Amino acid sequence: MTAPMDVTGGDTHATPEAVVGASGGKAIQGRSLGQIAWMRLKRDKVALTGGLIVVFLILVAVFAPVIVGAFGQDPTQFNSDLIDSSTMAPKTGTGISAEHLFGIEPVNGRDIFSRVVYGARISLLIAFLATLLSAAIGTLLGVTAGYFGGVVDSIISKAMDVFLAFPILVFAMALAGTVPDSAFGLTGDALRVALLVFIIGFFNWPYIGRIVRGQTLSLREREFVDAARSLGARGPYIIFRELLPNLVAPILVYATLLIPTNILFEAALSFLGVGVRPPTPTWGGMLSDAVRFYTIPHFMFFPGMAIFITVLAFNLFGDGLRDALDPKAR
Amino acid sequence: MGTYIIRRLIWAAVMLTIVSIITFAIFFLVPRLAGATPESLASRYVGRTATAEQVKDAAEQLGFNDPLIVQYGRFAKGIVLGADYNYGPSVEHCPAPCFGYSFLTRLPVWPDLLDRLPVTMSLAIGAAVIWLIAGVATGVLSALKPGSVFDRAAMGIALAGVSLPIFFTGIVSLVVFSYGHPFRITAPGGSFTPFSENPAQWAYNLILPWITLAFLYAAGYARLTRAGMLETMNEDYIRTARAKGLSERVVVVKHGLRGALTPIVTIFGLDFGLLLGGAVLTESTYSLPGIGKYAIDAITNQDLPKVMGVTLVAAFFVVLANLIVDLLYAVVDPRVRLG
Repeated sequence: MTAPMDVTGGDTHATPEAVVGASGGKAIQGRSLGQIAWMRLKRDKVALTGGLIVVFLILVAVFAPVIVGAFGQDPTQFNSDLIDSSTMAPKTGTGISAEHLFGIEPVNGRDIFSRVVYGARISLLIAFLATLLSAAIGTLLGVTAGYFGGVVDSIISKAMDVFLAFPILVFAMALAGTVPDSAFGLTGDALRVALLVFIIGFFNWPYIGRIVRGQTLSLREREFVDAARSLGARGPYIIFRELLPNLVAPILVYATLLIPTNILFEAALSFLGVGVRPPTPTWGGMLSDAVRFYTIPHFMFFPGMAIFITVLAFNLFGDGLRDALDPKAR
Repeated sequence: MGTYIIRRLIWAAVMLTIVSIITFAIFFLVPRLAGATPESLASRYVGRTATAEQVKDAAEQLGFNDPLIVQYGRFAKGIVLGADYNYGPSVEHCPAPCFGYSFLTRLPVWPDLLDRLPVTMSLAIGAAVIWLIAGVATGVLSALKPGSVFDRAAMGIALAGVSLPIFFTGIVSLVVFSYGHPFRITAPGGSFTPFSENPAQWAYNLILPWITLAFLYAAGYARLTRAGMLETMNEDYIRTARAKGLSERVVVVKHGLRGALTPIVTIFGLDFGLLLGGAVLTESTYSLPGIGKYAIDAITNQDLPKVMGVTLVAAFFVVLANLIVDLLYAVVDPRVRLG
């Protein structure tokens, strides 16, 4: 698993910005796959831009209260005084001003900037946790199927088929819609977030599961596994010490590419009214509110662009990561 | 070949049964875990003014007090054989496939679903034609000159296409091309004219949803086709074909594209099947009265029989589409049916 073309290091190539030491240096020792991948990734400016936007968005989500404290106001606060009571539209058309950077919503005049910033929290939180769940289930079952083969493999593979046959969106909608406002010892936003993470994560695992299974099938036949086995290693040791380290790269890549899918999924559910409940701001929920006010286009523009930029950034970064870790996949 | 088809058919039936069991279990278990009682379920059938006694009777009559397995058996039997419902003095027969009666309208679910099918089918077929042609053509052209201006522009647009949620592009398209005055090309959503009635009006009403939906899928198919073409065009048999003196067009289309089509056919089967089961987001955005809109309404009204019906019909289409794809493979590629 070495790439000869990169052994002399990245210095001879076009030198990108000085981010070299920031996140690359510490964890990597020697000329590992990670180091080689990082050198490739450094040269991929598009992917790096995507990565920087991702970092920026995560910071926005984490520091939402600070940002909103400085540039906005509480996302649920009404500003009825700025609304024209006959048309329900903002008095100045959009309501964009120094206090309301993205303008205000029609009807109740909530600050769109604050709502978009807080919307990033729900969106990213659910997408990350759901991806984590999918990756965990997918890896566990994928490795099991690939390593043990036989009956185990055919049962797990058939299970993946069944899951892929589920009309996921309809099912997720129905499930999210039938659960009442307080259940399983949770209420409010916590319940909705947990529910959405479970639904999205639980139905997406076959995508990662299939890839992990395929990789395990081919890794299982490799010499180093034979070597480990002939030294007396058993199932768990081979799975955790020999197979899993080699599966980290594909899992990381496909998990990264699953995040944007999950962001769109969460936005769709919120758009359909079965996501996190109002008044908690979500991008999909804002868009669905904006449909009725299509004559006030700034209302749909900001949440729509927020979804677009976030998903695009993750896709760009994910594609770059895939190319860096596995150039043959291109 | 015969045994392969039979094997595949049996597996499809098994899969649908499993999906129906899981669906049933979840929709009847989750409300119970969350605190619903047979009475509260039955109260949806009898209306708000019913007395506690009436609700109790209804729960008994509808069998909500029976164990879940018995209820599932009755449900499955209704789908396969039809069912008789005992409403006081009169007995109503619900012919197979019977998904029961709506909580709200008291009408059987299946005929309602059938009514919605032409809308969803029109939407899916029209969009599929556009996205297959546009997506595959773009992918092939991109792959022939990787790194060219066309390739980079097309792949940039495709990446944006897969990153845009359809409910956003859909609303924007409505604002620009429908509600808005300058580029008005279609009537605002919500209207569907059957093809048999007036084909021109049918297409006119659907053109916007078709293009919006097709854009999303074409983007994905262009990326997929490009990747596949890049791989096959490096194969030895392509060099052989060129060495034979075949024209570049024949080499690309007959030899290159053919090899790259396999994964596209697989994905297409899955995508198309999912769409037939309800293009939920598109139908909701354009207010088209299809199966997806039906699903949304059913869920909004907590109308469990409708929800069950629509989920199973949607799963049926996915399984059917997969079955057709698999059988097509078996016809094209003998290794599949023997393996």
